[in-house]
Amino acid sequence: MNALEVKNLTKTFEVGKSLFTKGQGVKAVRGMSFDVRDGETLGIVGESGCGKSTLARMLVGLLPPSEGEIQIEGKVQDKASPREFGQMIQYVFQDPISSLNPRKTIREIMETPLKRLHGMSKAERNKRISEIFASVNLREEFLSRYPHEFSGGQAQRIGIARALAAAARILILDEPVSALDVSVQAQVLNLLADLKKEFGLTYLFISHDLAVVEAVSDRVMVLYFGAIVEVGPADAIFKNAKHPYTKLLADSAPVVGRALEAPKQKADELPDPLNPPTGCPFAKRCIYATDICETTDPALIEMGDDHFAACHNPIKG
Amino acid sequence: MIQFLKLLFRNRLAALGAVTLSFTLLLAVLTPILPLPNPNITATADRFLPPFSDGHLLGTDHLGRDLFSRLMWGTRLSLAVGAAAALIAAFIGSTIGIVAGFMGGRTDNIIMRLVDMLMAFPYILLALAIVAALGPGLVNALFAVAAVNIPFFARNIRGVTVGLANKEFVDAARLSGMSNLQIILFEILPNVLPVIVIAMSTTVGWMILETAGLSFLGLGSQPPQADLGSMLGEARAALITSPHTSIVPGIMIFLIVMSINLLGDGVRDAIDPRLKSGALSRPLPATIVERDTTPPAPSDDLLALQDLRTEFHVGDRTYKAVGGVSLKVNKGECLGIIGESGSGKSVTALSVMGLVASPPGKIVGGAVSFQGNDLVGASYDQLRELRGDRVAYIFQDPLSTLHPLYKVGDQLIEAMQAHRKMPEKEARARAVELLEAVRIPNAARRVDNYPHEMSGGMRQRVSIAMALANEPDVIIADEPTTALDVTVQAQILTLLDELRRERDLAIVFITHDFGVVAQLCDRVAVMYAGRIVEEGPTAPILDDPQHPYTKKLMACVPELGGGKRELHAIPGLPPAVDRLPQGCAFAPRCEFAQEVCKQGEITLDANGDRAVRCLFPDKVSQTEVTS
Repeated sequence: MNALEVKNLTKTFEVGKSLFTKGQGVKAVRGMSFDVRDGETLGIVGESGCGKSTLARMLVGLLPPSEGEIQIEGKVQDKASPREFGQMIQYVFQDPISSLNPRKTIREIMETPLKRLHGMSKAERNKRISEIFASVNLREEFLSRYPHEFSGGQAQRIGIARALAAAARILILDEPVSALDVSVQAQVLNLLADLKKEFGLTYLFISHDLAVVEAVSDRVMVLYFGAIVEVGPADAIFKNAKHPYTKLLADSAPVVGRALEAPKQKADELPDPLNPPTGCPFAKRCIYATDICETTDPALIEMGDDHFAACHNPIKG
Repeated sequence: MIQFLKLLFRNRLAALGAVTLSFTLLLAVLTPILPLPNPNITATADRFLPPFSDGHLLGTDHLGRDLFSRLMWGTRLSLAVGAAAALIAAFIGSTIGIVAGFMGGRTDNIIMRLVDMLMAFPYILLALAIVAALGPGLVNALFAVAAVNIPFFARNIRGVTVGLANKEFVDAARLSGMSNLQIILFEILPNVLPVIVIAMSTTVGWMILETAGLSFLGLGSQPPQADLGSMLGEARAALITSPHTSIVPGIMIFLIVMSINLLGDGVRDAIDPRLKSGALSRPLPATIVERDTTPPAPSDDLLALQDLRTEFHVGDRTYKAVGGVSLKVNKGECLGIIGESGSGKSVTALSVMGLVASPPGKIVGGAVSFQGNDLVGASYDQLRELRGDRVAYIFQDPLSTLHPLYKVGDQLIEAMQAHRKMPEKEARARAVELLEAVRIPNAARRVDNYPHEMSGGMRQRVSIAMALANEPDVIIADEPTTALDVTVQAQILTLLDELRRERDLAIVFITHDFGVVAQLCDRVAVMYAGRIVEEGPTAPILDDPQHPYTKKLMACVPELGGGKRELHAIPGLPPAVDRLPQGCAFAPRCEFAQEVCKQGEITLDANGDRAVRCLFPDKVSQTEVTS
């Protein structure tokens, strides 16, 4: 069974709206359809403006979709509130410190989901918090402290602990380590891997760091301008990219032992969301673009073993 | 709480206000039990007695009532009314502000336009209108004063709430199952409360004054009841003949309002987190230098740091941010400084041109030799001449380094004209040239753009153009690509590399990314806890790191193409630089550490063109990394 099924999910924001004039619609997410399989880690990569944060916020119910459908563990979530979403799917935020209320102790922060989502008694809550803290390697003496007393890595463990307290089986990890130092990043990533095994969790791992995504994911989905351009197994997608944008990303990452050279592209700016192109949004930057790319937006089609891409002229190989 | 009082009383004026106000409050509270004559008993025979008359300490008023007694009862009443008005205004105003700020959208729009309309009336006129509608009387005056102050609270609190409502912890609370009301009460309110207290402490004085104003006009307290305003109003007719009847309540109003305002400002300074962090103390234009050792002789290199030490003194703590760093860079060379946050890499870079904020920063030892001159001892004028001219900086976030209100072209022109006279037209042509040099397409048109009209990558190109404006010898780039997307990063790095080769620039490149160092830098220095732990040519160091920290750190970074895997981690955390351990700072996290590593001073030992601060480099070099 799929943990999460998303069909034609779309989000349109209105910009330039005032009391009297109607705004113009800007599509931040343009009809995404994908599945997240039970127990897998799906990596989501893309650059700023690709719609990954909007997608994540819709998946946890913080933002209502304009169109489309979200199914969590087989159940369609139509009018669900964040409260109902919260029991099935939880979110780990990018900035660990600002995701914790500075005026609350860690115990108060940890108790909220247990009390509000599961209605546990005081004794049950204390027991559960002890269990969770043990699994994320945090000492219980931290519970009486305030968020500012923690380093980024510790605060992110607390953020993960809070998500676990809700007892959701799907976690959305939104750049969970990008605010952390390299030496601490690995600690948190390894912890996430252990927790996944221990509790049978499903992860959506959003990041701009391709190497990190590749290291933790089973499958990877590449987003560009609010749409999926490629999705496939993590060990194949960067090595054997089908979409020119995926290849551009992979070639841009600085790697020890590779000469410094900016990969070829025709231009480097994203299309204007107020005036979206008719064809493939990447066509203007793409060195493989042909006439059809200017007129028709390509659909996502299978191009290899469990490997899909939306491109008229996919890279052979 | 004790810390708050300490902070408060460090401000002399606030302490003065606190003492005066406490004394006044004490008198006001004790008034009913003090042996005072009835303030409302008239004795026309004793009219206008001067102060220090028998039985009347401050004299009597036009009806022969005891002025001291009336003053005490009047003060009591004025304070009570002012405080009540402040509480009412704060409660209603803050509620409106929190609701508007939290709900946002249309609700916010409508509420705030109504508040704006209320604010558009002159406040005294509005208060007069309210009293006129409700009828004169102290309670009505209180409501009027509270009502005119509601917009002040509503606007202030709304601003703070808007910032908080978009914070991630509010989203997290929603996902934890809290309702909107619960979020407002338990998440937002605790964070807004200090702001409400600040706003109240600075306005309660005003409200006392405004209530007194209404009473003075006869719209507040009604005879024979005394408050400070009505006392003044009644004494007006005898202002010339018996001035003491006006002066006594006048001085009291002055003392109360003054002390409340002084105390209020003190309270604000003590609890406002923005001010606490030192925003009020403006840093000096150049870092303070207090060297405890004689500086070494200048070197022949283009730029050389010689045993540089920079510290931060905060309270009784000393943070050794840079603990003796020696580095050099020559023409056409790129030096990478790599380290995690808190390793001192940025402070090292800022120390070069005396840009470390002082106070609390201080350069306490060593030298920075640039073209044979020591910059650490240099005067501010000398530093200013060199900053941006010979040594230029590029910072991480171009959005905060470019001024949002000026066109990028004007900012480039300013950078040039700060150092040499140049006709406007020539400067503009040169600005376009610079934008072309950093490969900005359509430079002639782009020169008139504002920073917000450009993408992040374009803005960073502008920052680079600005650094190049005066053809410097050295560019210090502090994580210039960290905030950028990967595809943009690759372009910016390529650009820097080309510029350095074209112009024979020396670049100091600060980063936490080994991939970037490997591609761009000739030599690299690895920093940990304020010191260099390993230094040398890039390729040999990356191939065969000899310091355990370098080796471990490299292993932590996943490389593209490795597939799904367990990552190596370094256990523990870097030490705080205000309490560094004896010996090697990395020893507590190091698998090779032995007893000798935890004692004495471990030196940076040169070995050919490499240097490493480790007692067992061979052992490190021969061991495979295990997690």
